[in-house]
Amino acid sequence: MIHARRAIVRDALGIGIASGAYALSFGAISTAAGLSVLQTCALSLLMFTGASQFAMVGVIGAGGSVWAGAATAALLGTRNALYGVRLSSLLGVRGLRRVGAAQFVIDETTAMAIARDDVMDSRFAFWSTGFALFALWNLGTLIGALATHALSNPRVLGLDAAPPAAFLALLAPRLRAREPFAIAIAAAVAALICLPFVPAGIPLLIVAILIGLYGVLRSGA
Amino acid sequence: MLWAGLLTASAACYLLKLAGLSLPARLLQDARVQRTIPLVPIALLAALVATQTFSAGHHLVLDVRAAALGVAAIAVLLRAPFLVVVASGAATAALLRLL
Repeated sequence: MIHARRAIVRDALGIGIASGAYALSFGAISTAAGLSVLQTCALSLLMFTGASQFAMVGVIGAGGSVWAGAATAALLGTRNALYGVRLSSLLGVRGLRRVGAAQFVIDETTAMAIARDDVMDSRFAFWSTGFALFALWNLGTLIGALATHALSNPRVLGLDAAPPAAFLALLAPRLRAREPFAIAIAAAVAALICLPFVPAGIPLLIVAILIGLYGVLRSGA
Repeated sequence: MLWAGLLTASAACYLLKLAGLSLPARLLQDARVQRTIPLVPIALLAALVATQTFSAGHHLVLDVRAAALGVAAIAVLLRAPFLVVVASGAATAALLRLL
């Protein structure tokens, strides 16, 4: 039991440190996209879900409207609702604890919590991963944002070209089967086809509608 | 305006997390919902990669960002950590612009 807890803490710290490094790049990309240090840090504190944060600042940095960015961020956040469903019976949180726990419902905490055999270990894994990640994610964001803010021209470091690399790194682990790979290619092509004809950021919303239709029609068949 | 968008999106992301913990499970356990939602990040992230690499405003373009993406893809295939993937893409763009 003590041994299991120690292993959980070690894994949680490992995930926290890895995501702290990843937050450095978020802080840098966000500041290079034109957000202030305060706005960048507010996103990591309040939104606290990586893919949505990268999408929000990516769309703004590419000249899209802030509302197109907001809609894309929210759409990318829908998967956290499914994680919440899986976690709700496991965590057994009510009232204020649930309000706090909700902010920690993300990919990493879900993966850590559902991998345990014992329900108390699951809860311990959820909270320890959540606190480690929240602390280091926000620290990494602040350092990345301050460092980039101090540069006279972030373009010299190629930071304006960094968002696609970040999106690719987030996408790659989800492509380990034929169907997701085909969906990714189709979505990329569809977005490029409509890009010349609609305002910036809207191709993403068109892709979201298409994938929704595809998912519903396929499941119904 | 920027703040309003950032705070609205943050609130939406938080409420989605809270909804998962709070709503009756059967609402989100519908087969169509369960099968469609995991596809959303795949489609959106792929669309983000494509549009942010191959466009400038409303024009499709091929520039140093395509090379940056290629190098980042190699880093992904080599299972490099996230920060290395992002840094390799940025460094490629920066170096090519210096040439």
